[in-house]
Amino acid sequence: MPNILVVEDSPTMRQLISFAMKRIANSKVVEATDGVDALKKLSSEKIDLILADINMPVMDGLKLVSLVRGNSAYKSIPIIIITTEGAEEDKKKAIAIGANAYLPKPIQTQELIKLVNSIIGS
Amino acid sequence: MEREINIAKKADEFLQIFKKGEEFTQELLKENEKLRFRLAQLEDAIERSGDEAKIKLYEDRIKTTVDELNSLKERYRQVEEENKDFAVKYIEVEEENNNLANLYVASYQLHSTLDFNEVLRIVLEIVINLIGAEKFAVLLIEEKTNELVPVATEGMSIANVPKVKFGEGIIGTVAKEGESYFSEHIHNRSNGSEEEPIVGIPLKIKEHVIGVIAIYSLLAQKEKFSNIDYELFNLLAGHAATAIFSSRLYTQSERKLTTIQSFLDLLKEKPRR
Repeated sequence: MPNILVVEDSPTMRQLISFAMKRIANSKVVEATDGVDALKKLSSEKIDLILADINMPVMDGLKLVSLVRGNSAYKSIPIIIITTEGAEEDKKKAIAIGANAYLPKPIQTQELIKLVNSIIGS
Repeated sequence: MEREINIAKKADEFLQIFKKGEEFTQELLKENEKLRFRLAQLEDAIERSGDEAKIKLYEDRIKTTVDELNSLKERYRQVEEENKDFAVKYIEVEEENNNLANLYVASYQLHSTLDFNEVLRIVLEIVINLIGAEKFAVLLIEEKTNELVPVATEGMSIANVPKVKFGEGIIGTVAKEGESYFSEHIHNRSNGSEEEPIVGIPLKIKEHVIGVIAIYSLLAQKEKFSNIDYELFNLLAGHAATAIFSSRLYTQSERKLTTIQSFLDLLKEKPRR
């Protein structure tokens, strides 16, 4: 059963992504509103995949990625960035610090599910 | 002498008999040979006729198998066609499902609060995240001045969005006519002018327009509007209007209630002094 952590400050997007993730067989969704909240959830739950926004209050998604990659307990967890920042340099930056995939908003739910399945499957 | 003659005669007779016996034996051997040959011919004929029957049987079987194969091929082709149809339908259903999920979430969020500012924030969230707008403003009609006044913006300063007279320009016309406006070229204005929006969505409660969502530019990765975007625009036109209107009324009534309550508290406190 994959545990998916959805890190998103927008309740609308958080609900929409969680909705999509619950359609993946046997998945469980854990929600966090920012990077700090995500780190708390990581310490209390076993997480198999992180879906994170970039622009969030308290701690942004890029900071979260670098902290996760720097922590030996979490560094192997795949991370997908979902953001309104669609520029190529933003994508390169996120991948360089350790994100596994980068999906610009507005997202196509089917595309997200396909991507998540390919990452969880591999 | 006579005896000798008799012996010779008898020997001659015996020789004759022996020769006849030999001839008879020769004839028997020939007959035997003929019969053997005939037997071999018959056996060969029987064997050959058996092979032909088998060949016929096998040919019939091959024909039946070929017919079955052709029939199976035809069925396979039909099933493949059906599969293609199902795959297309599955994709359509999936897409519809996702679209409905988007609409459900947007609608759920819009009606999840009675706080005016919270509702405006949710409208902005939907327009940014689900539609992919970069610069846009929410303008509401000020009844006293008959103007559309910006109350929330994204990607631009609220001070840069001018008030618009009801019925004037694109935004004023959208408010007056209650019909959505979509520019033909959604990406040809990179400067994102705050005067001419590329999209104008009236916020309507039934036929009463209370404001307009004006989109000035889209995110670079948003290439075109899809069906779900138009569905979302329709949803925003109705649900966002209701949510904004009711939350504004609620906030105003809450404020009035607080004022009245404070006044009553003041009246109650007076006799004590």
